[in-house]
Amino acid sequence: MTSTNEKRETENEDWVACIALIRDDRDEKSFARLFAHFAPRVKGFLMRSGSDATQAEETTQEVMATLWQKAHLFDPSRATVATWIFTIARNRKIDALRRQKRPEPEDLPWGHEPEPDQADVLALQQESDQLGAAIAALPEKQRTLIEKAYFGDLSHSEIAEQTGLPLGTIKSRIRLALDRLRHEMK
Amino acid sequence: MTHNEIRHHVTDALLMAYSAGTLPEAFSLTVATHISMCDECRARLGAFDCVGGTLIEQGATMDMSDDSLAATMALIRNGDAQDTAPAPKSRANGLPAPLHDYIDGGLDKVRWRHVGMGVKQAILPTSPEATARLLYIPAGAAVPDHGHRGTELTLVLQGAFVDEVDRFGPGDMEVANEDLDHTPVADIGADCICLAATDAPLRFRSMIPRLAQPFLRI
Repeated sequence: MTSTNEKRETENEDWVACIALIRDDRDEKSFARLFAHFAPRVKGFLMRSGSDATQAEETTQEVMATLWQKAHLFDPSRATVATWIFTIARNRKIDALRRQKRPEPEDLPWGHEPEPDQADVLALQQESDQLGAAIAALPEKQRTLIEKAYFGDLSHSEIAEQTGLPLGTIKSRIRLALDRLRHEMK
Repeated sequence: MTHNEIRHHVTDALLMAYSAGTLPEAFSLTVATHISMCDECRARLGAFDCVGGTLIEQGATMDMSDDSLAATMALIRNGDAQDTAPAPKSRANGLPAPLHDYIDGGLDKVRWRHVGMGVKQAILPTSPEATARLLYIPAGAAVPDHGHRGTELTLVLQGAFVDEVDRFGPGDMEVANEDLDHTPVADIGADCICLAATDAPLRFRSMIPRLAQPFLRI
C-alpha cells in the first residue's frame, strides 16, 4: 500500500470521527472542519452539473445542514463520508435543478446498528480507497466519461453505448460489498 | 430483500445513471423497486455511489462565500434545511416500498383500465419525460406484439411472463430497446403484475392496439 493511500485512509477515519462527534456532542468544530473540506467540493460538483454559482452556494449550505441533521443515520460500514455527502448532494440536486422526485430503494430490513463492527468499517473504508485510487489512475479519456455520466452530460442510453467506460474498476468492489450485505443478513 | 432467485438485473448503464441521479422519475422508480427486491443490485448501487463520492473527493473545488459557514449554522439552528424524504421502511400491502408513494392503499385500490385482450393498466403519476404503468396480464394472456422506439423497462412484481427472450419471474427486469419486438405472455399458473417504464411510445404491430394507442397513452 502506498503512502498516499495510507494518508487517505487516516483522512477517512478522521471524517468518520467528525460525524460521530456531531452526532453525539453537536460539535461545531468538527462540523467546521468537514465544511472547510467538503463544501467547496460539493459546490464544484453542483456547478459542473449545471447549477449557477448562487444556486450551487445555496444548495451546498442545505447539503451541509442535512449532514448535521442526519449525522445519526450515517453508517461507516456502508459508505465513506464522501460517498454519503455525494448521495445527499445528488438528491438535493434533483430537487433543486430537475424539480422531480427520485424514488429511493426500501431500507434494509435488519435496520441500522448504532455501533457497527469496526472490522466492517475498516474494510469498507479501505475498499473505497482502492476504488478511488483506481479511478484517479484511469487514463484521461475514461475518467472524463465517468465524470460526464455523473455530471448529467450522458443519458443512460449514451452510457450504454460507451464501450470505453472502465466498469471493471467498479466491479472489483461489488463482490466485497455483496459479501458484506450477506454477512449482515445472517 | 431477496425472495427468490432473480436472474435478470438492472444494467450497468441504468444503475450508473440512477446513482448519478439523471434518470427520468419513471425509470428511477422501476430501478429503486428492483433494488428493493435484489441484494445483488443493492451492492452494485453501493459501488456506483462510491464512484460519485470519489468524484466529489477528487473533483475541482469552488470557493464558498465568506459567511457560508455561519449561514449554514443559522440554517441548522432554525431547522430550515428541508429534509429529503427518508427511505421508506416497511413493505406494506406486499408491495416494495418505493411504490407506496404511487399506489395509495396497495394493489387492491389500483384503478385499472382495460387495454384489450384481458390486459389492464394503470398509469402512475411521474414526471413527463417517461411513463410508468402497472400492467395486469391474466394468466396465459398476451400483451400485444410490440417494438420500442426508446427504452422499455419491465419489472415483474407478481407471477411471471415469457417472451422471445426468456422467462421473467418476480424481481426480474427486462430491458428492451429498438432491437426487440416482443409479445410477453403471462405464465399459465397465475396472473402477472408488472411495473413498466417507457421513454417513448411503444410500436404495435397490429392495427387495433395501434388505433387505441393515443387514448391509452401506451
